[in-house]
Amino acid sequence: MIAELGLALLWIAAALACLSLVAGIVFLRGGPKDLASLVRPASVAQGVLTTAAFGLLIALFVRSDMSVELVARNSNSLKPMIFKIAGTWGNHEGSMLLWLMILSLSGALIAIFERRLREDTLVATLSAQAALSLGFFAFLLFSSNPFNRLPVAPPDGQGLNPLLQDIGLAFHPPTLYVGYVGLSVAFSFAVGALITREIGPAFARAMRPWVLFSWIFLTLGITAGSYWAYYELGWGGWWFWDPVENVSLIPWLAGAALLHSVAVTATRNALRAWTVMLAVIGFSMSMVGTFIVRSGLLTSVHSFAVDPERGTFLLALMAIYIGGALTLFAVRAGSVAEGKKFALMSREGSLVINNLLLTTILALVLLGTLYPIVAEALGEKISVGPPYYNKVAGPLALILCLVMVAGPLLRWRKDDGKKLWSRLPMAVFAGAAVLFALILFGGKVGILPLLGMTVAGVVAVASLAPLWGRNLRRTPLPTWGMVIAHFGVAVALAGMGAESAFIKEKLVAAKPGDVVKVGDFDVQFEGVKPVAGPNYTAIEGTLVATTPGGGSHVMKPESRMFPGLMGTAPTETNEAALLTRPGGQLYAVLGQPVVGADGAGRYQLRLWWKPLVWWIWLGGALIAIGAALSMLGRAQLLTLWRARRARKEEGRWK
Amino acid sequence: MKAKHQRLILALVAVVGIAGAGVLGASALRDEAAYFRTPAEVKVGKAQVGEPMRLGGMVAAGSIVRQPDGLTIRFVATDGKASVPVEFKGIVPDLFAEESGMVADGRMRADGTFVADRILAKHDERYMPPQMGEMPEGVAKMAPKV
Repeated sequence: MIAELGLALLWIAAALACLSLVAGIVFLRGGPKDLASLVRPASVAQGVLTTAAFGLLIALFVRSDMSVELVARNSNSLKPMIFKIAGTWGNHEGSMLLWLMILSLSGALIAIFERRLREDTLVATLSAQAALSLGFFAFLLFSSNPFNRLPVAPPDGQGLNPLLQDIGLAFHPPTLYVGYVGLSVAFSFAVGALITREIGPAFARAMRPWVLFSWIFLTLGITAGSYWAYYELGWGGWWFWDPVENVSLIPWLAGAALLHSVAVTATRNALRAWTVMLAVIGFSMSMVGTFIVRSGLLTSVHSFAVDPERGTFLLALMAIYIGGALTLFAVRAGSVAEGKKFALMSREGSLVINNLLLTTILALVLLGTLYPIVAEALGEKISVGPPYYNKVAGPLALILCLVMVAGPLLRWRKDDGKKLWSRLPMAVFAGAAVLFALILFGGKVGILPLLGMTVAGVVAVASLAPLWGRNLRRTPLPTWGMVIAHFGVAVALAGMGAESAFIKEKLVAAKPGDVVKVGDFDVQFEGVKPVAGPNYTAIEGTLVATTPGGGSHVMKPESRMFPGLMGTAPTETNEAALLTRPGGQLYAVLGQPVVGADGAGRYQLRLWWKPLVWWIWLGGALIAIGAALSMLGRAQLLTLWRARRARKEEGRWK
Repeated sequence: MKAKHQRLILALVAVVGIAGAGVLGASALRDEAAYFRTPAEVKVGKAQVGEPMRLGGMVAAGSIVRQPDGLTIRFVATDGKASVPVEFKGIVPDLFAEESGMVADGRMRADGTFVADRILAKHDERYMPPQMGEMPEGVAKMAPKV
């Protein structure tokens, strides 16, 4: 019964979305006032019902109900519980339902909390959000029903792809989804404000926490995904410029541009049309990403199973939403564009340049991602890889960092360029110090890592500048947020630069007792032993890494073998062993058993010393923390919640 | 008048920026876009020696041979029409196996061997580059040995 109930809830939720949309439209066209009061509760109910449906799907996975096709295809009764639950969204249908749940929940949250917008703008926003969900309801119910029953239940399921059996991956997609779909709120706000022509500081202030919110999750999702790929795939890389990575980076770039431009709109009532445009682009890029991943247009090491029919459906949805929003923008933008004036040398000016750079990087990444599709249509097979992206994104990102140094030190409206220099001596000194140290002691360092680490030095010092001479206790949270996020960029940049400049690598076929030197470590290979996991068998290697200081650490890389279930082939995975030190990480991968030239049994062993590599993810986390502080300082959810309760109590006493 | 100037400068900066980015992107694409080749294309001479490229194909059945150093493997990549010997030094990724698809980054050596810097297999066992979509099922089994 659970599956049928879940499906019924989805249909009711879809009907409610339909109701919100129609009521909203009729109200906005001058219909009865009462209709407006319908939209809020309908949005809340839609969010609750979709969440309940998702909960029921989780329950089906937890109970291993193999009569449900999705469970049979993606789960197995032997799996550890946590991965049964994660299996709910580790597939197309389940992840679509998750997407829809977040979309509906966002609508419900706007309906509950948003008090800054005019009523008609709020209704327009909620209707836009309902229109978005409606399309995805149609997609789910007509082409990807997660609750579909099998005519005959198999004795057990096929199981989840073993590489996906990882705690990092279990929580990585939901995090990214919250980010992707969070941008839908900005999109709906933009559409709502375009419809009622209410674009100004109030609109920007209402939208800003949502932008920050989704951007935090995008940042965390990308950071976690990068770390997952790093330790799980066993190839030691942290960014691959794979299409699936790119489509998460593209909305992140749009979000980064948007949260800076929305700041200008909120504080200075300028850049209004541009902010609206970016809000439309942000969610459009989320959809383009989803489309690329699910349509099978591009091959990627990550992409989902391919189904052309679903691709067509998504393409149609995208055309309607993006086309519709852009048309509305074209019609209305003229009447909202005029904002407050500012000089180029000003905080606004620096943010405009920041936005130009971010959108340019976005465009270039998008170009590289889509180019193979276009080339193939023209009969040429091309794949665009890291050399392209590094060449185009690297230099622009470094310039962007320099703008980031200057921006926070500039005054709003108009500033003097000479005064800017007088605020920067420490930062310039830090950069020069890093550069000289690298040239003197760094050996042969590539130009991009060299510049990266130098700029990181400048940014690290300059990002702290807004705190100088301030009472730290009275410094507002958003300022702290900006400082921490910008400092995080410096930390990540330093990590990237150091890792690519100073990485040490050893690839050997070792027999027990062999000692391998990598970086400053002596690593002794002690041998292997078989171990058993809950649903796999494995060979576990034992390595003892000795540091120059004399400390020794045991590392246990594994090579796991998952048996094939229900006729699928057995799968092998590598579990790298990581030794984290203050100066970096030692990374060990156990490969195949081989017979050496001397006839002795050996194991392939790959060892990397990666200096400062974990700074990359620490930087990502700092960026997210900074954004979270800004949001806490701005959203005042608590304040809103209290105000709401106060209003309610007032009503009760009257 | 002043404001107009500002706007003009800003617009000019934007135009120059976008044009610059366009030129940068186009030139980088021309220089760096790795060409995806199938073994059949390699055989008709579409891949130049030393040019960075990506080779996609199936690993021919029974073709994986380990070298005495224990680290280098040789195998044959095939698309059913032609075959290219591939050499790779390192640990092959998970899911790399005979009779399944793979993509290798690297370059052709003058002796006709493809030297891979990196081999990619996929998370998903259903993975197959779309460029290889025309290949019939079971191609790896019937592929000619080199």
